[in-house]
Amino acid sequence: MKKIILSSLLGLFAVTAASAQMLINGAGATFPYPIYAKWFNEYAKVDPSVRFNYQSIGSGGGQKQILAETVDFGASDGPMSDENLAKAPRKLLHIPTVAGADVISYNLPGSPKLQLDGPTAAAIFLGTIRKWNDPAITGQNPGVTLPDQDILVVHRSDGSGTTYIFTDYLSSVSPDWKAKVGKGTSVNWPVGLGGKGNEGVSGQVKQSPGAIGYIELAYAKQNQLPYAAMKNSSGNYIEASIASVTAALATAQIPDDFRFSMVNPPGADAYPISGTTWLLVYQEQKDHEKGQKLVEFLKWAYKEGEKMAAKLDYAPLPDSVQARVLARIDEIKF
Amino acid sequence: MSTVPPALAAAQFAPPRRWPDISFRWLAFLAACTIVALIVLVGWELYHGAQLAVKKFGFSFLGSSIWDPVADKYGAWPFIYGTLMTSLIALLLAVPLGVGTALFLTEVAPLRLRQPVIMIVEMLAAVPSVIFGLWGIFVLIPWLRDNLFVWLKHGLGFLPLFQGPIYGVSVLAAGIIVAIMILPIITSVSREILRSVPNLQREAAYALGATHWEVIRIAVLSYARRGVFGAAVLGLGRALGETMAVTMVIGNRPEVSSSLFAPGYTLASVIANEFTEATTDVYLAALFELGLVLLAVTILVNVIAQLMLRTLAGGGTGKVN
Repeated sequence: MKKIILSSLLGLFAVTAASAQMLINGAGATFPYPIYAKWFNEYAKVDPSVRFNYQSIGSGGGQKQILAETVDFGASDGPMSDENLAKAPRKLLHIPTVAGADVISYNLPGSPKLQLDGPTAAAIFLGTIRKWNDPAITGQNPGVTLPDQDILVVHRSDGSGTTYIFTDYLSSVSPDWKAKVGKGTSVNWPVGLGGKGNEGVSGQVKQSPGAIGYIELAYAKQNQLPYAAMKNSSGNYIEASIASVTAALATAQIPDDFRFSMVNPPGADAYPISGTTWLLVYQEQKDHEKGQKLVEFLKWAYKEGEKMAAKLDYAPLPDSVQARVLARIDEIKF
Repeated sequence: MSTVPPALAAAQFAPPRRWPDISFRWLAFLAACTIVALIVLVGWELYHGAQLAVKKFGFSFLGSSIWDPVADKYGAWPFIYGTLMTSLIALLLAVPLGVGTALFLTEVAPLRLRQPVIMIVEMLAAVPSVIFGLWGIFVLIPWLRDNLFVWLKHGLGFLPLFQGPIYGVSVLAAGIIVAIMILPIITSVSREILRSVPNLQREAAYALGATHWEVIRIAVLSYARRGVFGAAVLGLGRALGETMAVTMVIGNRPEVSSSLFAPGYTLASVIANEFTEATTDVYLAALFELGLVLLAVTILVNVIAQLMLRTLAGGGTGKVN
């Protein structure tokens, strides 16, 4: 009996001694989780001495954890508000990583290709346009016969970066929406049913004839759902794709602190409902070794990791933005 | 009070001196204290976390129907209504079914059939909540939308309960799913209660010339009334807190409507949906306050049930009525 206890204790020590890897913890947004998981996996092959642990608990959780410094980096789909940023003990940097898009999906007989513009989308989600054969919709889709059917709006019931991007877009194209609803990860929707997660919204849309909802581009592509082409600020109807999202990023106004919104950007080929996701990192890292490993990872992510984004249906940052971000990463002291 | 022989009385009241007895008493006392402490701690943490919202909204929080995270204005009424409605519908559906099944198992079923049916009912209890939700979305909702709700609207459409547009996802759908989920617990507990009715009661009723149903009604059910009511309260407790299955089929719309076909929202669902992304402090405090309201509603319902239990006669009082 004593031999068993002794040998198992020795075994435990051996195991813990062998796994003396550095562990860097992060938490936050669910939207970029697939690409971050791939990055951590690939980086472990590049530098086996460090392991990353990421928990996708949501942007709100990510922001709270980094403010409390219980994690080494946070991740958020929406930029931190000034109010929250003021609570940070030291300067907190926003580092954009990849971008995605929201698409408007619908359930109509024959799954026609629809074209919509911003004010029409806002009116549908406000409940002022109620039927599919409303002149505002039929006017933009001359070749399509739209049924005399009620529009069933579906939105997200859980707070999410997808909602943030979509409501940000609607606020920028519709003063009515901005006044009545506003933008946020959760808003007071005037009409519609709530589905939990992208799966909930797309499930609801797929099953309800005449339904309309917004979901992530990656999700729509992987599940082969029909989605509408949106009219951008140059007047062109653009379909969401990695190319059109990257085009949106290239022409977006990006301020120095990288807290930007890229909905409705200028640019002929830009898709208007796009958004980026950020990593939240302190400029002054407390732990010297962890800080060094974190910075090395970030640099690798921009030089090598961005190439993996397209395969997972994320848009990588354009070179101009990457250069600026790398310069910002150089400012991190450890 | 029967007399106790003096030696036995002395042994009953003598304090335990051997360490196994003493330590057992303390451990049992500690276990009881832990449970009470847990509940008090949960209530305290909820109250503490809800302070910001309590200060900002006061009691109007309970009556307000606004839920606006952008304007930072919150109200609990639609959620309280949704929680109570789904639980009520679930009880109305599950109690007759559950008690009926229990009666079948104890009074009517041939012996060989009892074990298999009991096993199946208990397997229903083992199915996770999320699976019910998925089944609800992909199987139940389409069927309800195209069949049951249409018949209800056609036949009972004069009642405001069955008017309005049919989406499938609705308070009624959530009530049906929760009914399925609380059915096993009500059936199991009722079965135990009905089994504990002494055979003497049944024999006496038969001797007085009662038919089978009259025996069940007079001798079994009135004896077991309190226990069956207790089973219903247990089921209600589970129904009030049901989260995942409800959030997938209720439509998640914070609105109070007189129609059962309209979407709704429950206290547990909104907390599960919005907690992780609550960005402002008031938002978080409002969600904490909803948790506090849920705890209060559960306690209140249990207290009312206990009071009602007291007025119920039955459970071996010997009265025949």
